[in-house]
Amino acid sequence: MDTIEQELRRFVIDNFLFGRNNGFADSDSFLESGIIDSTGVLELVAFLEERYRIDVVDEELIPENLDSIDNLVRFVKAKMGGE
Amino acid sequence: MCGIAGVYNFNEDVVDRDLLRRMVVTAGYRGPDGTGLYADRRVGLAHVRLSIIDPAGGRQPMSNEDGSIWITFNGEIFNYVELRRELEGRGHTFATDTDTEVIIHMYEERGDECLRYFNGQWAFALWDRAGERLLLSRDRFGVRPLFYTLTSGRLIFGSEIKSILVHPAVEREIDLQALDQMFTFWVTLPPRTMLRGVKELPPAHCMTVEGGVVSLRRYWRLDYTGAQAGEAAGGEEVYAETLRDLLGDATRIRLRSDVPVGAYLSGGLDSAVVTAMIRSHAGTPVETFSVTFEEAEFDESAYQREASRFFGTEHHDIRCSGEDIARVFPDVVRHTEKPVLRTAPAPLYLLSGLVRERGYKVVLTGEGADEMFGGYDIFKEAKVRRFWARQPRSRLRPLLLRRLYPYMQNLKRQPLEYLRAFFHARQEDLSNPFFSHLPRWELTSRLKVFFSDAVRSETGSRDAYEEMRALLPPEYHAWDGLSQAGYLEAAYLLPGYILSSQGDRVSMAHSVEGRFPFLDHRVAEFSCSLPSDLKLKVLDEKYILKLCAGDMVPTTVKKRPKQPYRAPGGASFFEPRTGRARFEYIDELLSRKCIEEFGIFDPDAVERLVKKFRKGLAIGTKDDMALVGILSTQLFVYHFIET
Repeated sequence: MDTIEQELRRFVIDNFLFGRNNGFADSDSFLESGIIDSTGVLELVAFLEERYRIDVVDEELIPENLDSIDNLVRFVKAKMGGE
Repeated sequence: MCGIAGVYNFNEDVVDRDLLRRMVVTAGYRGPDGTGLYADRRVGLAHVRLSIIDPAGGRQPMSNEDGSIWITFNGEIFNYVELRRELEGRGHTFATDTDTEVIIHMYEERGDECLRYFNGQWAFALWDRAGERLLLSRDRFGVRPLFYTLTSGRLIFGSEIKSILVHPAVEREIDLQALDQMFTFWVTLPPRTMLRGVKELPPAHCMTVEGGVVSLRRYWRLDYTGAQAGEAAGGEEVYAETLRDLLGDATRIRLRSDVPVGAYLSGGLDSAVVTAMIRSHAGTPVETFSVTFEEAEFDESAYQREASRFFGTEHHDIRCSGEDIARVFPDVVRHTEKPVLRTAPAPLYLLSGLVRERGYKVVLTGEGADEMFGGYDIFKEAKVRRFWARQPRSRLRPLLLRRLYPYMQNLKRQPLEYLRAFFHARQEDLSNPFFSHLPRWELTSRLKVFFSDAVRSETGSRDAYEEMRALLPPEYHAWDGLSQAGYLEAAYLLPGYILSSQGDRVSMAHSVEGRFPFLDHRVAEFSCSLPSDLKLKVLDEKYILKLCAGDMVPTTVKKRPKQPYRAPGGASFFEPRTGRARFEYIDELLSRKCIEEFGIFDPDAVERLVKKFRKGLAIGTKDDMALVGILSTQLFVYHFIET
């Protein structure tokens, strides 16, 4: 059973790197590396909403929440933990 | 308009006339009205003719009275009437009514300097037998194509790469640096082409072969130094009037033809201005043409119909669906002779077919206006980004970006922080000479994730921008932002994509010649002298052109928001409900087997991309460009290397 980190990493590699894993770190910024750009963010959010059954509002569309594996995991866990 | 081909032997030898004929006839659609050859022991010239001026008299290759000069020529010298008058005054006599003959006599009179006097669009090879020199030349903007190769003691040249490939001495090997450029800049940088060893004569250049020595020389350049001076006395009204006169004359001389001339009417400002100018000169009603789309997102038919009504034209349009695009796409790539990142050439290919069906060989169109007068969104975007970069913390400035793209629904939902990084609106970006084009080029470069390991190992270490930087004229760095951006578009994207893949190649595929009043060099030189804020006034694009158009064009056309010409993209290749590829070639060329065999792309990555499209999950420009780019590259390899 995959952890959230593993699932997210696989989604990013499959969808944005098309399988070409260039070994990015969990803390690497997607923006800086160009892995996910502004249209890609929408795809990512759609995946999060469907896979983890959370709602992402516009104000939450910020790099602090979405811009690295670490940030994503923290964000998803916080949303799933219920607030 | 026509097709040319030829050969120059560095060591005198018999020229294979049959080979020469096959070379030129392989692009026979460029000239269905006749074929001609000339050969001696040094030079062979071949020609296929599309008769437009002096159909009876203008056979080519053509010579002067004593056969000491021969020419094979593709194009039009629109001011040939004026030049001829001047030459007759100097004692020259003419056997035909053609512009071709005018070139020969101008060369006799002025040598290579004759090029500066030509107002037109051309690619020609002139063989000066007496002087023992060959002169190859191309027009200032690269409207007409010309390729060449130096191999086994010969110079081999032709309008299209396929003509050169007929010669057995020419090797077919892909140029990976060119591919890398394609997947950065959307174009290859001349003299590079997609094939190693095959070169493109750059626009505004000529080449001479004399005493066994090949020399390349530039005879003209876009120069925006004049635009830095600021607005002259008299103000914008004076500029607008000058522009009206210049465009009027540019159109007048482009109507010179012994066959009927039509026009493209896209529903936008530029083609409306051209049509208005035609009407002011032509006695008879104009026939106009356009393409329409099933999807509202791309369709402009309402504006086209309104413009047609306003001008009283007889309008014909052709409806283009995603399936139509997929169906003709292999043929389109056979004509473009390079990969494309957009499907936009395909509808234009269909459009020229319609023009031909209606019995027209010539159309006037609005190409060039966006480059010359600040029409493209990329120019506005650069302006907003500069504004934003000066105050990066501003929350309000970036909102301007959303206003720029009312037709792009996705953009509204995209978060500001991401827009900022994507749009490179950081202070350090301001000093980058490619500031205006960074977002586009960086986005496109992301597609290289699809390159195979073999390709990446060869191209990965190079900085694609280095070659582009080396090509910039020294004056460039002193120009304002809009001038720099305009230069990049006019010097590279225009010849490399707009005029070729979307222009000459897909119109000549149906033996139709395009003519471009906005690319009259007098109009271009005038536009280069205009202060930039007459082109982009705050965020009002082509301000001076709209002012010049006045009430010559419908108000709605002037006031409507800029809608760039776009066509349905990658999704065209797959049926929306089933996800099945519409045609067999799509499955074959994108199959794991074929991807591996051609070796350009990574099979796993392509498989994932295709899966996204089949499931209807591919959204956004990047995935779209990826699919179109990969498929067209596969088609390119199939057409030009594997077979």
